[in-house]
Amino acid sequence: MHSLARRRYHRAAPVVLVLLLLGLITGIAAFVMSTTEARASEEVAADDVTEGQKLFAANCASCHGLDAQGQDGVAPSLVGVGAAAVDFQVGTGRMPMQASGPQAPAKAPQFAQEQINQLAAFVASLGAGPAIPTEEQVDPELGDAANGMALFRTNCAMCHGSVGGGGALTQGKFAPGLWETTPTHLYEAMLTGPQSMPVFNDANITPDEKRDIISFIAAQDDGSPGGLRLGAIGPVAEGLWGWLIGLGLIIAATVWIGARSS
Amino acid sequence: MAGTVQKVAGGTANYVDERTSIGAFVKFFARKLFPDHWSFMLGEIALYSFVILLISGVFLTAFFVPSVTPVIYDGPLETMQGTEMSEAFASTLHLSFEVPGGLLMRQIHHWAALLFTAAIVTHMARVFFTGAFRKPRELNWLVGFTLMILSLAAGFTGYSLPDDVLSGNGLRIIEGVLRSIPILGEYLSYWVFGGEFPGEAIIPRLFTAHVLLVPGLILGLIALHLFLVFLHKHTQYPGGGRTHRNVVGLPLFPVYVAKAGGFFFVVFGVVALVAAVFTINPVWHYGTYDPSPVSAGTQPDWYILFIDGGLRLMPGWIFGLPTEWEIFGYTLSWNILIPAVILPGLFFGFLALYPWIESWATGDKSEKHVLDRPRNAPVRTGIGVALITFYVVLVLEGCNDIIANLFSLSLNDLTYFLRVAIFVFPPLSFWITKRLCLGLQRKDRELVLHGKETGRIVRHEHGEYVEVHEPLDAQELWLRVNYEDRAPLDIEPEFNDRGVRRKGYRWDRFKQRLSRFYFEERISPVTPEDLEKARSEHH
Repeated sequence: MHSLARRRYHRAAPVVLVLLLLGLITGIAAFVMSTTEARASEEVAADDVTEGQKLFAANCASCHGLDAQGQDGVAPSLVGVGAAAVDFQVGTGRMPMQASGPQAPAKAPQFAQEQINQLAAFVASLGAGPAIPTEEQVDPELGDAANGMALFRTNCAMCHGSVGGGGALTQGKFAPGLWETTPTHLYEAMLTGPQSMPVFNDANITPDEKRDIISFIAAQDDGSPGGLRLGAIGPVAEGLWGWLIGLGLIIAATVWIGARSS
Repeated sequence: MAGTVQKVAGGTANYVDERTSIGAFVKFFARKLFPDHWSFMLGEIALYSFVILLISGVFLTAFFVPSVTPVIYDGPLETMQGTEMSEAFASTLHLSFEVPGGLLMRQIHHWAALLFTAAIVTHMARVFFTGAFRKPRELNWLVGFTLMILSLAAGFTGYSLPDDVLSGNGLRIIEGVLRSIPILGEYLSYWVFGGEFPGEAIIPRLFTAHVLLVPGLILGLIALHLFLVFLHKHTQYPGGGRTHRNVVGLPLFPVYVAKAGGFFFVVFGVVALVAAVFTINPVWHYGTYDPSPVSAGTQPDWYILFIDGGLRLMPGWIFGLPTEWEIFGYTLSWNILIPAVILPGLFFGFLALYPWIESWATGDKSEKHVLDRPRNAPVRTGIGVALITFYVVLVLEGCNDIIANLFSLSLNDLTYFLRVAIFVFPPLSFWITKRLCLGLQRKDRELVLHGKETGRIVRHEHGEYVEVHEPLDAQELWLRVNYEDRAPLDIEPEFNDRGVRRKGYRWDRFKQRLSRFYFEERISPVTPEDLEKARSEHH
């Protein structure tokens, strides 16, 4: 090859070009998306309910219907579920649902908090329902973790596990782990009873008691004094680790000791 | 200096020897030979875990209070503050969070318990698959089997002591199982709990069983187990020069004293490491026992999981017929009796009697000190794998909720699947294992007769290509041909020449059928004549 040509086509050239191209595409996309978001936040000042209705028509109506009355066997009516239900379902990414299955799993939220508030405002305008709790209502610092534990044991642990590690329900449904859930979403879940979960209304568990439960869940963030907690799902995980790590390491040692030194 | 030390040591030894004549014993034991293999150390793991259990257990008894007197918690744990709990639970929290090193000791104790049972099962599997239970060791198999059952008892009584929600639920299940036994059940339950469940007697009683009765029995039986090992001498793996009449190995002193002594610290080290890194039985998650709450993930420790699995597997209705009957006002719960009493009874009964079952099939009365390679006993190996498969299906069902959640499966479908699997998988695994063993034996024959492939191709003068096979050396040959070629039993005819029916014919016929099941299909080891023939054909 000619010496000039050799210098012109460096071996890394294709890789560099591909990376540049990727960078360009990402950059353009980021710019376009940030401008849309900026535009959205500018319009928050406009009527939340109208905006919420538009979002609803574009993202939710295909299942829940344009009038939010629901469809039999497909999606429930949203009249009267309240802002709390919307904030929980959309805020944890469960809605809009991407695929039908035993239950809607949590995923990255599809909307910004402003849009969720607009959706919530629209759904709340359809009929009276529970509102989104205030910061003070869900502050774990103000709750009593010991009372929360007693309440959790009686009301929550049979599905979510003793400290909220999660557990299985029938037919592929499950009670999710609670450690990643925000205090507001915990409160809303208790109040609205999403999916298989029963509703714990304010007569059943008072707002103060709900905060105690949130406080108990928050106490789990400190981890376990005994070390890694293996998912906190009980003796099955312990048994598995005992066999794999405990007996595994020791049997490896027996093979080592049993090997002839020669 | 060295001279002084030697003089003092010698003087002390002499002093002790003159008063106990222990020198002869030491000499005898120090010269005792043991064969060397890593799998012979599995029982040692169990022994050392037991020693760890004793040491850590003594520490725990210094702080644990076996009483169900209610107290109000006032300690460092925020999530328990001001709650009413039993003294047993409160003292468990106290020893975990206020006694220095207490939580580590508790975790060491519990991890060592899991390891103890796991090591016993592994050791038992080694003994089973290598045929180490054959004459003269049948009784020692029985001692070992009893130790295994006692380890379950030790584990379960300990698991129940802290009086947390998990242990209380476990006791409630045991109570239900006791009550499922017809007629006796209710009396047994009242007798064990000193009245209605849970009562106030059970925690102190479990404590006595856990710290005195069960460990005492285990200690005694360990002594008997080891004495019988010394008496019978240790078995050895097959190999050149090893027969049923000798032991090829190394002396206890210094080789095994060093190895075994060091190994204790390896086991203790691993248990301490695991206990320092991983939480086990976090009772502060569960709270003090209260009969109403049952949380998700409520399971016993792994060694009792198979009973839980049986209970979860058993349907309440079979083809529309209930498995719980009511006869003249008495309830007969087949749905508990079968999976939790009859099934484990049959399973353990079969395990305990296995050495005798196999000896009926072989009809062999001679002593066996050389172990079998598992492939050379295809039916036994198949039975062992089938038993393990059966057990594993029960264990999987015992953690069906965890599996369903972890792999996003339907809990119901998983249970239906395992209900079929419990009947299909064990026979299937028996058949597959047996075929694998026979295949491996054929492979051995092939190797012995034709040697190892070398990948070297030679062309003869007349144009033929052949691959050069390298014959096995003497050790490799010995390993592959030195096993018994056992034909099914022949029995005497049912009637003698005068047409009179022979006594004991039925029993003989049963043994013959059993023997056919074991030995009908077999691969015979290569005989010297076969080998001679194969070699002459090659050249």
